[in-house]
Amino acid sequence: MSITSVANSTRRVKKTHKALSSPWATAGAILIAVVWTVPTFGLFVSSFRPAADITTSGWWTFFTNPNVTLNNYAQTLDFVSSGVTIRQTLVNSLTITIPAAVIPITLALLIAYALAWIDFRGRHVVFIAIFTLQIVPLQMLLVPLLKLYTGGVTLAGVQIFSGLGANSLGSGFAQVWITHTMSALPLATFMLHNALATIPGEVMEAAQIDGAGHGQIFLRLALPLAVPTIASYAIFQFLWVWNDLLIATIFTSGRNAPITKTLADLSGVYGQQWYLLTAGTFLAIIVPLCVFFALQRFFVRGLLAGATKG
Amino acid sequence: MQGFLAWLASLPQLVQIPVVIAIFLVVVGFIIVLIEVAPRPGKKYTWVRLAIAVGVPVALLAAFGLQKSVAWVFLLGAGLGGGLFWLDARSRKGQGRLIQLALFTSPALFLLVVGLVWPTIRTMVSAFMDKSGNRFVGLDNFAWVFSAGGSGGLTSLINTIIWVLVAPVLATGIGLVYALWVDRSRAEKLLKVLIFMPMAVSFVGASIIFKFFYDYRQGNQIGLLNQIVVFFGGTPINWLQGYPLNMFLMIAILIWSQTGFAMVILSAAIKSVPAELIEAAQIDGASAFRRFINVIIPTIRPTIIVVWITISITSLKVYDIIAVTTAGFNNTSVLGYEMVRQFSLFPPQTGHSAALAMLIFILVIPFIAYNARNLSRERR
Repeated sequence: MSITSVANSTRRVKKTHKALSSPWATAGAILIAVVWTVPTFGLFVSSFRPAADITTSGWWTFFTNPNVTLNNYAQTLDFVSSGVTIRQTLVNSLTITIPAAVIPITLALLIAYALAWIDFRGRHVVFIAIFTLQIVPLQMLLVPLLKLYTGGVTLAGVQIFSGLGANSLGSGFAQVWITHTMSALPLATFMLHNALATIPGEVMEAAQIDGAGHGQIFLRLALPLAVPTIASYAIFQFLWVWNDLLIATIFTSGRNAPITKTLADLSGVYGQQWYLLTAGTFLAIIVPLCVFFALQRFFVRGLLAGATKG
Repeated sequence: MQGFLAWLASLPQLVQIPVVIAIFLVVVGFIIVLIEVAPRPGKKYTWVRLAIAVGVPVALLAAFGLQKSVAWVFLLGAGLGGGLFWLDARSRKGQGRLIQLALFTSPALFLLVVGLVWPTIRTMVSAFMDKSGNRFVGLDNFAWVFSAGGSGGLTSLINTIIWVLVAPVLATGIGLVYALWVDRSRAEKLLKVLIFMPMAVSFVGASIIFKFFYDYRQGNQIGLLNQIVVFFGGTPINWLQGYPLNMFLMIAILIWSQTGFAMVILSAAIKSVPAELIEAAQIDGASAFRRFINVIIPTIRPTIIVVWITISITSLKVYDIIAVTTAGFNNTSVLGYEMVRQFSLFPPQTGHSAALAMLIFILVIPFIAYNARNLSRERR
């Protein structure tokens, strides 16, 4: 993809091309930046105002009449929605997100290695096919997968897959993990393949001459060399899963709901309880924001390498 | 498997994370050991290969629910494994190679087939069935979508098309102009982060942020947008009620979240435009605007297209923004949302839902086909 080449050449071209910016351009940019930031800032300020103030006066009056409280956060953390506290839904989000990032990346690494370094007929076709599978919108998958998880598969009268448990919707996270894994595989395979394929062939051959099999080469050579790409993709997958609403809506219920789903519910039912929504929203976005700021470099590199969830 | 999952679900949430990851990694480690062992020469390893080829499918079948019919487990497992072993033994490139390849690729391939290919086919079939999924109804579901009186089908299709026409162009355009404006300015880093940050915010979070921004009420306004209207002497407007204004304000949420993506990628592209090109244009006396139109845009055109395509695909599938802001009321539904809504009606309108999903699928095809063609060309 052309983006990949852009990423590579950016590092190279740091030379002078004359600034395209003028004071006017900078002013225009600052204007856009302000427009982009103000809505978030308003919600942020509001989350620290007493509940009664939020709904009776605009957040901009805060600066003439500052009145700070952490009550909204305390109350929101303990607020119960569909049988779980918001605190618990944050834990749920974490429980969903970490395995849903580790599992697809590992499986994608395995297949990406084979596609990059084991020569077999149809390799090119398989690779393009997997890339093309990104085409499938999540919406195409939901109903059949739900039926699969609850009903299993019966072939010619014989049950070959018994589902994930009759009450799976009420118990575990397995459905969410598996669904996220499946939907992440095409992109993960594509990105990790690109990383693994750039390992110099001589390095691989040298390892093979030394008597290492593919298992060892994968673990000792390919994996360490792919770490930067793995990190970039892991951040994406983390953010994507943490921020997901659609899969969570279909495959979690009650006790297992992540924060996004709970917030979406609250927004419908308690649409005017702004003390809840302001604090809840910030609790929900604080984790991705921390990840984003801490690992921004990897994030941008991932973006440039084509990690654009389709 | 069910027993294991039930046990796992009974653990405290935070304990489930390390447990499930540890078990997963142990299984993967085992696969890697098998990969390493499979192609070794010698008679002993022929037996090892046979054991792997037959043992793995049998174990999987047993774990995933054939417990009730032991005979079937062994029949299917031996059939699959035996076939693989036979093919492998005949392989000209050396024994064990095929088994190795199967071990590397089959976990992901299996999930791709079960999780993406097969459900896609199922949904395609459902699109031509009634809501029970058993009776073939031809194009009835699509006729429902296109009938003006249908509850939401046609509206959602038209709205989706408007989303795709408006959001990507604006997000890409603003991102491009912004990238150009901040390029080499003193506060470039900070200015970029401010636009880029929304990428880390979920659509749910973004929607709530903007719901607050658009808030409408009698008396004192708490939404900034209405406060601005009031400040200029207007009467407050219920932004999310009147169509099509409400839809465009929802599109604004997507633009808000995607512009940063466009900006970062286009900024990198702008920086990679060779300095000589721009200098040459300067010497020829081209103004900054001319340089932008005649030099920079043509050079980074492929990147602009990729960005535009990516945001188009995101707009086509949008679900969260509608779910959180209006829940599809006031004519704001889109395909991605209506599809879920039809399925959650009682009784579930699986046929309608599948037809809507199919339409998203059809609308996405040209975009991905373009990407795949590029990729295929690059690999040659």
